[in-house]
Formats: sequence, structure tokens, C-alpha cells
Amino acid sequence: MSEQNEIGFISNDPPHRAPGPIGSLHASLLAYTPYRWLAGKLAASGLRVRHLVIAVPYIWLLLFFLAPFLIVFKLSFSEYRIAIPPYAPIFEFIDQTYLQVRLSIDNYRLLFQDSLYIQAYLNSVRVAGISTLLTLLIGYPIAYSMVKARPRTRFILLMLVILPFWTSFLIRVYAWIGILKNEGLLNAFLLKIGLISEPLSLLNTDIAVYIGIVYSYLPFMILPLYANLEKMDMSLIEAATDLGCKPVPAFWKITLPLSLPGIVAGCFLVFIPAVGEFVIPDLLGGPDTLMIGKVLWTEFFNNLDWPLSSAVAVLLLLLLIVPIVLFQRHQQKTAESH
Amino acid sequence: MKQTPEKRNALRDTPWLDPEQTPHVQLLDIRKNYGDFTAVDNISLDIYKGEFFSLLGPSGCGKTTLLRMLAGFEIPTQGRIILDGEDMSAVPPYARPVNMMFQSYALFPHMNVEKNIAFGLKQDKVPKAEIQERVAEVIELVQMQKFAKRKPHQLSGGQKQRVALARSLVKRPKMLLLDEPLGALDKKLRQDTQFELMAIQEKLGITFVIVTHDQEEAMTVSSRIAVMDHGRIVQVATPTQIYEFPNSRYVAEFIGEINIFQGVVENSDSENAAIISEEAGCRVETGRSTDIAENAHAWVAIRPEKFDISTEPPSDTRVNCMQGEVWDIGYLGNLSVYHVKLDSGKMAMAVRTNRARSIESSITWEDRVYLSWHPSAAVILSN
Amino acid sequence: MHSRLSAFNITALVTGFAFLYLPIVILVIFSFNASRLVTVWGGFSTQWYGALLENEGIRSAAAVTLKVALISSTFATVLGTLAGLILARFGSFRGRTLFSGMIYAPMVMPEVITGLSLLLAFVALAIDRGMMTITLAHITFSLCYVAVVVQSRLVTFDNALEEAAMDLGATPARTFFQVTLPVIMPAVVSGWLLSFTLSLDDLVIASFTSGPGATTLPMKIYSQVRLGVTPEINAVSTIIVGLVAGGVIIASLIAKQARRDSDANHP
Repeated sequence: MSEQNEIGFISNDPPHRAPGPIGSLHASLLAYTPYRWLAGKLAASGLRVRHLVIAVPYIWLLLFFLAPFLIVFKLSFSEYRIAIPPYAPIFEFIDQTYLQVRLSIDNYRLLFQDSLYIQAYLNSVRVAGISTLLTLLIGYPIAYSMVKARPRTRFILLMLVILPFWTSFLIRVYAWIGILKNEGLLNAFLLKIGLISEPLSLLNTDIAVYIGIVYSYLPFMILPLYANLEKMDMSLIEAATDLGCKPVPAFWKITLPLSLPGIVAGCFLVFIPAVGEFVIPDLLGGPDTLMIGKVLWTEFFNNLDWPLSSAVAVLLLLLLIVPIVLFQRHQQKTAESH
Repeated sequence: MKQTPEKRNALRDTPWLDPEQTPHVQLLDIRKNYGDFTAVDNISLDIYKGEFFSLLGPSGCGKTTLLRMLAGFEIPTQGRIILDGEDMSAVPPYARPVNMMFQSYALFPHMNVEKNIAFGLKQDKVPKAEIQERVAEVIELVQMQKFAKRKPHQLSGGQKQRVALARSLVKRPKMLLLDEPLGALDKKLRQDTQFELMAIQEKLGITFVIVTHDQEEAMTVSSRIAVMDHGRIVQVATPTQIYEFPNSRYVAEFIGEINIFQGVVENSDSENAAIISEEAGCRVETGRSTDIAENAHAWVAIRPEKFDISTEPPSDTRVNCMQGEVWDIGYLGNLSVYHVKLDSGKMAMAVRTNRARSIESSITWEDRVYLSWHPSAAVILSN
Repeated sequence: MHSRLSAFNITALVTGFAFLYLPIVILVIFSFNASRLVTVWGGFSTQWYGALLENEGIRSAAAVTLKVALISSTFATVLGTLAGLILARFGSFRGRTLFSGMIYAPMVMPEVITGLSLLLAFVALAIDRGMMTITLAHITFSLCYVAVVVQSRLVTFDNALEEAAMDLGATPARTFFQVTLPVIMPAVVSGWLLSFTLSLDDLVIASFTSGPGATTLPMKIYSQVRLGVTPEINAVSTIIVGLVAGGVIIASLIAKQARRDSDANHP
């Protein structure tokens, strides 16, 4: 039924009505040859308001989302040099006659030769993967319990999940510094109750990064899980119990498999951005917490090597393109079945 | 050819039989494709002023697409739609003198009942005083005076249906299109509303075109029914004709219950065609001639209520008769339905009105019974 | 599903929400600490808020942030509403797959990539970096969120609503302003609020796309945080958290009301 919208924005005037102000203006302007020519051209090209409506956000996204990626891609093949901007042009006219094209794969070679980059990529995937798993383990019971609450309570709980999701990411990460550092609140508390005799060093370790990611991305996990569990037909559980299945096995056999779409969506939503995370490893991680987002940042801001950071970005994107496409497919499928 | 006044009068309720009438709406060779899929396949149809016309068929038969083309939401791939002599094919929906009542009612959630109804008049820049007057008029017509200030979400299903009807009537369209208008109502309310719809239609004299998959609804309200299948119209006729004289097995089986027996035409003269049917286990006299050639396959269709069911053989030898064993009985209160297994193994269905009041039926399971019928009760179908 | 919460449920909820909220609560409490140390409570004081008012750097950063957030969220709402309308109502058209891809991708794209690519685009287009470029960048990623919010609101109403308006004589443009827009208004409002807070919050993309003289509040906070935890930052954070929390609660209440209306309209 795609064509039903075809009539949505038709440019010609309805014949059954007296012409409005625009209609009469149009009629009088038709006497003016250039206008008539333009109107004729427009009508002949089949251009409609519908197309104009589509064009506005479309062009914006092409200009500010897609084109920038192509520029990153192009730049990743250029050479670093000390200049403003700090890269050598790829296309250059020599003697106003020859077009010189200089594509360098040096940046990519460096990425594969220097183990720092490979390690950073692998480490990012590992940290993001472990954090995603932890987020799921913590988020699922919360989402599940939220659904069990009365509708009124449920709404309040939902708001409580959404609230930190909106609150400044930076501030929430920052809050953990005060808690995790050697003379921080957690150590002070543990020392006071006598559980430890010496402060634990938590800040600037991988543990702090895990805590930071789980904490920051928990709402991204809970929300799709909650949305999925809330829609679930609870008579299915009743049917299972009626057929002799105890509540705990019923959860494993009915609820969990049916909530799989929510689990998948939540995991993608945590994993994909976590791989490229910068703020959390930078503020909570240590000097040996290698994550690719941080590497890119350093190359760009500290070393001013734009071509190399572009190459890092291209590889990071290649790494993420599979999960991103999978995620979009998944979302589309869920949206269609809804 | 001039007609006598009596004849004129007789044709008033059946304008499609009157050669002097011009159709109110004409569909000329309409076709609608969606890619490779043909939703509506070369349909031509005349609808006359004041008709209550039904498009009936299973889901996916193209009836809704046809209605949406009348409203202007779909543009025919081919063909023309003529309303009152004007070609509507390229006119956008907002400029057509036609209104539609939507299956979901599509009431604007942010406007109350009055504002919903006034919406269409405001679009035409009708003066305020007149809007008020006309809105009040239709609100009264659908008896919603008490609810004029309510928002749609404060109304019951039946009330929403009334508001939707009022909203589509207030512009006094030349034609009202109704897409499954009663589909969301429960059975009792639906039956009441059917009669109200008929009363309103009669009062206003507007041409109604209704899409429905409910055959009882179509039978109740319609002047004529178009039965559709796979984008084509199979038969257009009055409810009685459709029921009693279906033109195909499809129509016969789609409308009501029917028994169909296969056979071969034995002899066919100008008076009577006889069909030998192994399924029925007898020679069937039809009392009527047929176009079907001798020795060709034919089907005999008989409605369950046309049978006489009895444990005794019929005394009148002119009637057709089959024999079998009672397989199952369904007691419906006013009726009893008998499923009879014929000697050929084919199941037949007979219905008997429970005229006498008794707990025990005279016919019971495994009884040997005779199903007989008058030759005129059966229909011969070629395919 | 109105069963009473089990002990397991209650434990999960209490620990879960404690985990989510304790750090923020601690941060808020310590913003009122008289002592400069973050682990020792030195009595109640609002001195850090006073110090904040004196801090020229933070004040001007806050002004830049608010300006960027107001402008970018407004433009993002207009563009995003159009995009949502296109996704939900325009059926198929050539390039639709690419379009929906460009709507969904920025939401999961690592910020470092978005930031870097936008910066390079601005350099290529020879646009001077500053507030203007941050605003353009924020419009771009915010409009995607608005589009998704508006789209998901629109799909709960079937096409028949707009068809009914056109059937009753409203032209497509009037149908949009008289029927579609009022119906999606709650989504448009919450889309605006979402864009506003996203812009308020953004550090990475702003860092890439900003130029000399355009320092946003998150950038300012970040540069100070790297030097350690300070009560002034706690105070700024508390103000931001308070503002955002207020906004979100209002937005959720609007959305809840709207949902109630639409649920009732679709039994």
C-alpha cells in the first residue's frame, strides 16, 4: 500500500473550489512569461511538495552526516604534515596541467604494524563485551521486577530509570571519581567497617572502567528489556503453570526466550557505543587502559595527526559496521512485527 | 420508449432495471496494480442515486481498494470514475464531494465531538452560524446531543461510530462511503445500528456504498450487493437474487450454507434438464432448461432449508429425493441442523424449523432418512 | 500481572536504583559541604554556589552552552519532526533505506567518530569553527532523536486520521497543521527537551567542533575534572542535574497524559 501516500502532496489546485489567494495570485502571475515557464517546468518535472518535504532533512543529513564520513575516509589516505590544516592534499594541480593524486596507505600500515593500535581495538571490544554482559546481568532483574509492579508504581520506576539517562553523562562519570579514588568514599567506608586495612586502588583501573560503563549504560539496557517484558502476554506464564511448570522453570522456558528481542536490542545499545567510548576510560581508566576512542582522541588533540586519527576512525567504523547493520535490521524487524 | 406511470413507480426502488435512469456513479474498467499484484482487476460498475450498495467479499478481495479509489485515496492504474457525470479520477480526496466513514472511525483525538463534526464545514469556510446549525442537526440525527462536548476517548465504541457517521454526513456528500462501519461493534449493537443506518439513508436519500465481509450485514442493509473475489466482481444483484439465484459456486458458497452435488447433464430440453449425480445418489429433475450441454459436468446447489427431512419416503413422486443416515444433529433452538451421510458417502446438511415444542426430536442419530425437495428449489451451476 | 512483588523483585529494585542514584545523591550532598575535601563532611554550606557565581569562566561557558542548546534543539525539532513524518507517513521512496539509515546510525555511532567527521567537514567547507559549528553538529545528531520520538508517536495513530481530514476537505498542508501536528505535539515537545539536554550534555562532539572562544560547560567541567574532584564542580553538577530532572519530570507527565489520550482512543 505504498502508493496511498502518493496523493498526499499534490501540487495542482482542487478544481471544485473557488481559487484561494494563492490560486488567484498564481493565475495572475501566469501572464508573466518567466513565471509561466518556471511553473511549467516544475509541473513537467513532477516535482511536488512531497519531494521538497523529503529533501530538507535528507539534504541536511547528507551534508552533515554522510559527506563527513566520506571526508574522513579520504583524509585517512593523506599524509600528515605540520601545517594548517595538518595534512597534505591528495589532489593537487602541478604546473596547472597535471592532476596529481597522492594516496598514502601509511596510516593503515602503521595501525597494523604498531601493536598499540591492534591492542587498543581488541581491548575495546573486550571491555565493551564484558561490560555489556554485566549490564545485562544487572539490568534484567531490574526490568523484570519493574514489570511486576503495579501500573502506578511502574510509571514512577520507569521515570526513575529514564531520569539518569537524561542527566549529564559527564557528571555521572565524574561522580564515580569521588567514590572510587584511594581517599574516596568507598575506601573510607570499607576502612571504617574494618573490611579492609589498606585502601584499595580502584580508580584508574579496568574495574573502574567496567563500573563506569555499566553505570552509564544501564538505562540503555533496562529500557528495551522493560518495553519487551511489559508487552509480554502474561497468560503464557499462566498457561505454563497450568500445564504443570513451576515458576522458575517457566521463567527459563517462556519468559527468557520471549524476551530475546529486548535482550538483543539492549546489548547492541550498550555494546556499540561502549566500544568507541572516550570519557569513561579517560576519566576512570588508568594509563594502561587502552581503548580505541581514547587513542583517536589522543592522536587528534595531542599529536594533531588528523590523517592517522581518520584512519583509526575508519577502522573503528569497519569494526562497528556489522553490529550497527545487525542492530538496524533487528530494530526494523521488531518495528514491523509490532 | 415511454413507460407507463405504473411501470415507473415499480422501477423507483430498482433503478438499475430502468433503462431511462443514468447511473449516479460509474466505474469504467477500473484497474489497480501494486507492483506485480493486481488488487482490482478491470471492474465496471454502475451505482444509482439513493442506493445502499454493498461490496462484499473475503479480506484481500479488493473491496477496500475499490472504496478507497472512490474516496480518492488511491489513484486507479487504469480506468475512470464518473460521479454525476464528472470524471473524478484525478480529483484529490479533499476536493471530492464524497465522504467516508472509516473502519477505525479516525476521530481526531484532540477535538471534542462538536469540533470533530464541524471540521469538514470549517475547511469549506462555511459561515459560523451555519456550521453551528448543521452540526446541531446531525448531532440530533445520531442522538448524541448529550455528548457534544466529550473528547473521543470518553466515548464508547457505539458512540464513536455515531460521531464518525455524523462527521461524514454533515457535509451532505453526494455519496457516503462506509468501510466496515460496524466491524468494531458487538453483535447486538451491530444489528440495531444496521437498521438505524438504513433509516438514516432512507431519510437523507444519499447514495451509500459500504464495504463489508459480513454477509448477513450486506443482506440486511443493501439494495444491491456486489460479491467480489480476487479483484473481480463475481455477481451484482439484490440480496434475494444473490441468495436464491447465485451465478456461480463461489457466490453460492460464500453467501449462507449450501449443499452442492456434482453430476452430469443427462438430457436437456427446453422444459427440463435432468442431472445424474452420483454424489446425491439420484436423478435430479430441475424443472428448468439450462445452457449446459448434455453429458457435460454440472453442479446442483440446494440450500439446507429447502429440504424436507423425514424417516418416511415422500408421497409425491414428482419431487427429488436422496437417502442417508443421520450423522449429527445441531440444536439451535429455533432450528435444528441435520448432518446426513448420504449413501455415496457425501455429507448433506438439512435445516428444519422446530415448529412443535418438544424435548425429544422425532428424528435422531443413525436414523435412516429421506431428503426431498421440489425441483424449483435447486440451482444448476456450470462451475 | 498485578501480582505482589516478591522479595527477589524488591531486592533487585532497591539495589538497582541505589546503584543508579547513590553516586548522584553523594555528589549533590557534597556540593553543600563546607570542607574542600570530598570525603570529610565539614558542615552545611552554600559557599561553592557563591564561588560559582564569581567564576567568570564557568558563567560564560554556561551562557555558550545554553545558547547552543536553545538554538540547536529548536532547529533539530523542526527538522526531526519532518524526518519523523517522512519515516512514518511517506511510504516508500527512492533512497528511503539510506534515509532511515542516516536517522538511526548517529544514535549508536561512537561520538569520537561523529565529532571527528563533522570537524573535518567544517574544515573542508571552510566554516569557521566556533559556536556556529557546535550548533550545526548538535542539530545533526539531535534531529535523529526527535525523528525517532515523533515517528514512534505517529505510528500509534493510523493513517486514517489524516485521510479523514483530507476526506473532509482539508488540503495536505492544513491536514498537517490541524490534525497531525496537534496529535504529535507531546512527542515534539519531548523531542525538543531531549535535544536540549543532549546538547547541554555533550562533551566529545563539542570538543571536536568548537573553535577558539567557544567553550561549552561540559568542556569547562572536563578540563577541571581532569585536575581532580572539586566542590565547585559538584555545585555546577547539582544545578545541571536539578534542571534536567525538572525538565524530564515535566516531559514525562506530558507524555503520560498524551499516552492516556491515545490509549483511550484505540481500545
